[in-house]
Amino acid sequence: MSQLPTQPPVGLRDWLLSDRPQSRRQARFGRMYAVWNRFAENRLALIGLAILLGLLFVAIFAGVLAPHSPVQGDLRNSRLLPPGSPGFWLGSDDQGRDILSRLLYGSRLTLLVVFLVAIIAAPIGLIMGTVAGYAGGWVDAILMRITDIFLAFPKLVLALALVAALGPGIENAILAIAVTSWPPYARIARAETMTFRNSDYISAVRLMGASPFRIVLLHIIPLCMSSLIVRVTLDMAGIILTAAGLGFLGLGAQPPLPEWGAMIASGRRFILDQWWVAAMPGFAILIVSLGFNLLGDGLRDALDPKEAGQ
Amino acid sequence: MNTVGNQTEARRSGARASAFAWSLTRFLVTVVTTYLGLLAVTFFIGRVIPIDPALAIVGDRAPAHVVERVREQLGLNLPLYQQFVIYVRQALTGDFGISVLTTNPVMSDIKRVFPATIELATIGTLIGAVFGIPLGVLAAVKRNSLIDQVVRVIGLIGYSVPIFWLGLLALVLFYAKLRWVSFPGRVDVVFEYSFTPVTGFFLLDSAWQRQWDVFADVFRHVILPGSLLGYFSLAYISRMTRSFMLNELSQEYIVAARAKGLSETRIIWFHALRNAAVPLITVIALSYAGLLEGSVLTETIFAWPGLGLYITNSLQNADMNAVLGGTIVIGAVFIGINIFSDLLYRSLDPRTRSR
Repeated sequence: MSQLPTQPPVGLRDWLLSDRPQSRRQARFGRMYAVWNRFAENRLALIGLAILLGLLFVAIFAGVLAPHSPVQGDLRNSRLLPPGSPGFWLGSDDQGRDILSRLLYGSRLTLLVVFLVAIIAAPIGLIMGTVAGYAGGWVDAILMRITDIFLAFPKLVLALALVAALGPGIENAILAIAVTSWPPYARIARAETMTFRNSDYISAVRLMGASPFRIVLLHIIPLCMSSLIVRVTLDMAGIILTAAGLGFLGLGAQPPLPEWGAMIASGRRFILDQWWVAAMPGFAILIVSLGFNLLGDGLRDALDPKEAGQ
Repeated sequence: MNTVGNQTEARRSGARASAFAWSLTRFLVTVVTTYLGLLAVTFFIGRVIPIDPALAIVGDRAPAHVVERVREQLGLNLPLYQQFVIYVRQALTGDFGISVLTTNPVMSDIKRVFPATIELATIGTLIGAVFGIPLGVLAAVKRNSLIDQVVRVIGLIGYSVPIFWLGLLALVLFYAKLRWVSFPGRVDVVFEYSFTPVTGFFLLDSAWQRQWDVFADVFRHVILPGSLLGYFSLAYISRMTRSFMLNELSQEYIVAARAKGLSETRIIWFHALRNAAVPLITVIALSYAGLLEGSVLTETIFAWPGLGLYITNSLQNADMNAVLGGTIVIGAVFIGINIFSDLLYRSLDPRTRSR
């Protein structure tokens, strides 16, 4: 923000909203500001953003915030304490571990899953989709057939079978979820590519001698990004739920890792008398996936006003 | 004159027939490649990812000649493409191997457990459609009203809540605390000898045999998992109904119907909903397919002896034949429902036909 306008009378807001931007940077900031304005009108979306910023904060500072160790409990003194016990605000589990501390550390695993799935699945889908859309013909037909085959699979069942073959563990669960979640991105990227493929500016770049590789990488992929980001954000909740489901079935993160789905599974045995052991991690999952859903809806409305209100 | 007319007529119908043949071919290619793709993926999971499937069966302490014999039996010494051809041929005849856990052929196990899953998914979809469609219509008609907000919240929570967690909480509340429902399984052990299912759909069987005490018991078992799946189906169906109805209500024929003086009820429930019904059928079919998948976790919670529980039990015992057999069956039904709903959509909505 040190590059602010040199003309004295113009305020920051006017600079951002100027319809005659002096530089590329000003235009870009101006567009971001407009998107932010549309986004900020949506109160629910702001709540979603706040939830996710909170998650990020908690994940970064889990070590400072957590009152106890997430993996080592005190079996003698703190086994299955109810919520509200001093020092154990959300209760403790069968191994005497503080549930709050485990939830705080578990947020790191949740973020890890979401982040890794996004950076594995989104580029695969993006490349499949843009190449198919730009190349057309046989390449398109074959790539889209492959996409449709994966799209036709029930996601959770495919992930289950994959983890069964790869062996349980959080890395394999992430891999399995990524393998099952790229096809919609390929579809979106292809649809977007088809709309720009024959436009004048792409023809202009081609006339200047750009290779297909360069066109796809530098001119088509950036244009697909906004709809892809919206879709990835909307999918995050589903990814978290699938990861929790795999953890619940004992296929995701292995004990003693404080993964939320696995925590629910371990609390299942005490559900009748010590309900909080299984209930608390579920609330955490619910809140975080709600946050992603709200943020995704807000982003879609802000970036793509056409579809707003649906 | 007449012959010329006949010729053009013949040519036109010939063109129509070839267009039909072309689209039929394309459709068949799509179906066949999708199913082959399904088998290719499960083949890859079962045969290529494990370092040695034979070792996985006999264990790594088995003597070398046993391992070699199993490799020979499985055809693992053949080239991969030949293995795949054999694999496809076996899958087409319904041969998914023997389950290590139950020692039965996987296919006969699946035949035994699948009706339970179908029953659960059907009840879930019925609940979802019966409540979801009216809710969605009302939400679209009274936009931004209380009911619209309720539908939005139902949808948001439905997309955000882990199904197995909600199931556990529901079990605590309705089974342990209120004692309204029965658990676990599909029917109380009391009826194990007096009730012999015929079709495997217990509600139908008990009603058919007029065993109303059994029917009531089966109902008390199925209602909670059914409602749970129904809730997720409802979240999806009501949200989509709302969006389709909003789309229809903004069309000009609605204005025309109002101008004609038709009652609002008639316009909404007959004119608009009928046009929204075609995409809705697709949505309901998709939600049915989704429930088949959602049943994996639900059945685990409710000890419901269906395909989902079969798969998770086999998973826990490293019984890959059973896991992959179950995956293929769920995948095949899933693809089948998708194709069926696509066909239904095309045959019901004339706008989707290509000329």
